[in-house]
Amino acid sequence: MPADGTLAAPVSAAPRASSLQRLARRRTTIAFVMTLPLIAVIAGLVAYPAGYAVYLSMLNRRMDAFAGFLNYEILVESETFWLVVWQSCLFAVTAVVLKALIGFWLAHMLHHIPAKGQRKWRGMLLVPWVIPPALSTLGWWWMFDPTYSSINWLLAVVAVPPVPWLGEPWWARASVIIVNVWYGAPFFMIMYLAALKSVPEQLYEAAAIDGATAWQRLRYVTLPMMRNIISITVLFSLIVTFANYDIVRVLTNGGPRDLTHLFATYAFQVGILSGNIPRGAAVSLFMLPLLAVFAFFILRGVTRRNREMA
Amino acid sequence: MSASTAAQREIPAIYRKVGSLRAERRWALWTSYASLLVAAVIFLAPPVYMLITSLKTNAEMADLSGNPWLIREVTLEHYAAILGNELFLGFFWNSIKVTVLVVAITMVVSVLAAFALSRMRFWGSQTLATGVFLTYLVPDTLLFIPLYQIVGGLGLLNSTWGLVLVYPTLTVPFCTWIMIGYFASIPKELDEAALIDGASWMQMLLKIFVPVALPGIIAATIFAFTVSWAAFVYPTAFITTPDEMPLTIGVVSQLVRGDTFAWGQIMAGALLAALPPVVVYAFLMDYYIAGLTAGATKG
Repeated sequence: MPADGTLAAPVSAAPRASSLQRLARRRTTIAFVMTLPLIAVIAGLVAYPAGYAVYLSMLNRRMDAFAGFLNYEILVESETFWLVVWQSCLFAVTAVVLKALIGFWLAHMLHHIPAKGQRKWRGMLLVPWVIPPALSTLGWWWMFDPTYSSINWLLAVVAVPPVPWLGEPWWARASVIIVNVWYGAPFFMIMYLAALKSVPEQLYEAAAIDGATAWQRLRYVTLPMMRNIISITVLFSLIVTFANYDIVRVLTNGGPRDLTHLFATYAFQVGILSGNIPRGAAVSLFMLPLLAVFAFFILRGVTRRNREMA
Repeated sequence: MSASTAAQREIPAIYRKVGSLRAERRWALWTSYASLLVAAVIFLAPPVYMLITSLKTNAEMADLSGNPWLIREVTLEHYAAILGNELFLGFFWNSIKVTVLVVAITMVVSVLAAFALSRMRFWGSQTLATGVFLTYLVPDTLLFIPLYQIVGGLGLLNSTWGLVLVYPTLTVPFCTWIMIGYFASIPKELDEAALIDGASWMQMLLKIFVPVALPGIIAATIFAFTVSWAAFVYPTAFITTPDEMPLTIGVVSQLVRGDTFAWGQIMAGALLAALPPVVVYAFLMDYYIAGLTAGATKG
């Protein structure tokens, strides 16, 4: 911290300013006042609730006595909870891998067509991302309707028997993943397209002169250049997908037989709907270790990227 | 394509590979268009089908014999019904109120903080910047139960004010983060010139940084708007009285009731509710995408 915190403030204008005024004009003071609302939001609405969640999760159901790790123990012993863990992991991993692959493919395709058409296609393909997911999922729900399913009608045209989209556990799981992929793939596409555009053209020219095939160009030029942005996007998406709520809430509401619950919907079910706040808090806190690991790697990737770009 | 201009020339055998390269290019172009077309059809099918449903009569919807993707008789009755529904208009008003307030709060908080964090290095500023980013990684589904207790303790359950209070957790971290990036890209010479001219920090922010970083501010505003318009977890947890519900949860919970689903109305309502973000996107697409790619948003 430099001693002249006032920097170039016109000191000569008020040589006899009181110490309070001087303090108010100091750079650190101004900076602190400016960041105060931000600190209030972070401390009051994120850090404090996070700590409070830990406290809540250690109370008994009526929230009048301390129960230690009882809630966690009960959860670890319950079969439903392990189904939730399994389903959350399955959902997040499958959906993110599909989103990343589809997004990567589409970004490539978009990158290859003449520049003047790209805007139009990009505009159309980003639409799923723009519609609030809770609302577009309603549309999917109607398309998955057991009697009136328009998807089954299309399948019937190519002589495929009707699919019980939301009725059978495995189909319900697949439906939830399909909707999430539909919603999230455009985001990956946009991120990868931006990354592809930042790869210098000369590298491809050099590769072409060296006689590289399309696959070699992808493997030895594109992927290494995009490695960082790919990992950041994938980890980001893992966090958000893992903690997803809206799609499952609207589409299946956890059913059939609690088999499509994710951490978030299960925590909601237990904590808010059944009124067992401590148990619900414990459920959502189980997400924390995994998210912390993802967050650590993202942060590392972002700082590394910032350093590369600086 | 310029490919055809040199196509008919006689080429020695040693250059044959050039021709195959050109064919490869054309093939790649067709693959591109084919994949994009398939993706566009799949990506746009659900909203289009929602539109189709919202324009059908109930009788036609219940009729299983025809193609569900076609409309035989266009009707606007569902839109008329939903726009005459006091409850739905109330949802709309609540959403507008909450979103406008949250966007205003977010922009003030994050622009001030980003300015301080990017220009006035002070003790802990680096840590705070990292903290902002980490906060952004905390999903809302991790916080809604303690926040439910906190909002309840403040007596703000079942009130849009409770939403105004908690939505900044969704918007402020990311907006601050991208504003730091935009501000950091402004050359230092500009603020030095301002300081020499005797500008105060506030003048510097309002007269130099805000105008220069305007694209960033627009991108951040769009982000804050879309996020608070689409927020779902918090209103679902905090609001149970229909009068205070914003659109997302209102459409999902109040229009869908009982066994007789009024699908036409649900779809009309959902489409109308999705309209504001889509319109913003249609007109400000470049800012929208700049905001998305600036800091790797949630996806």
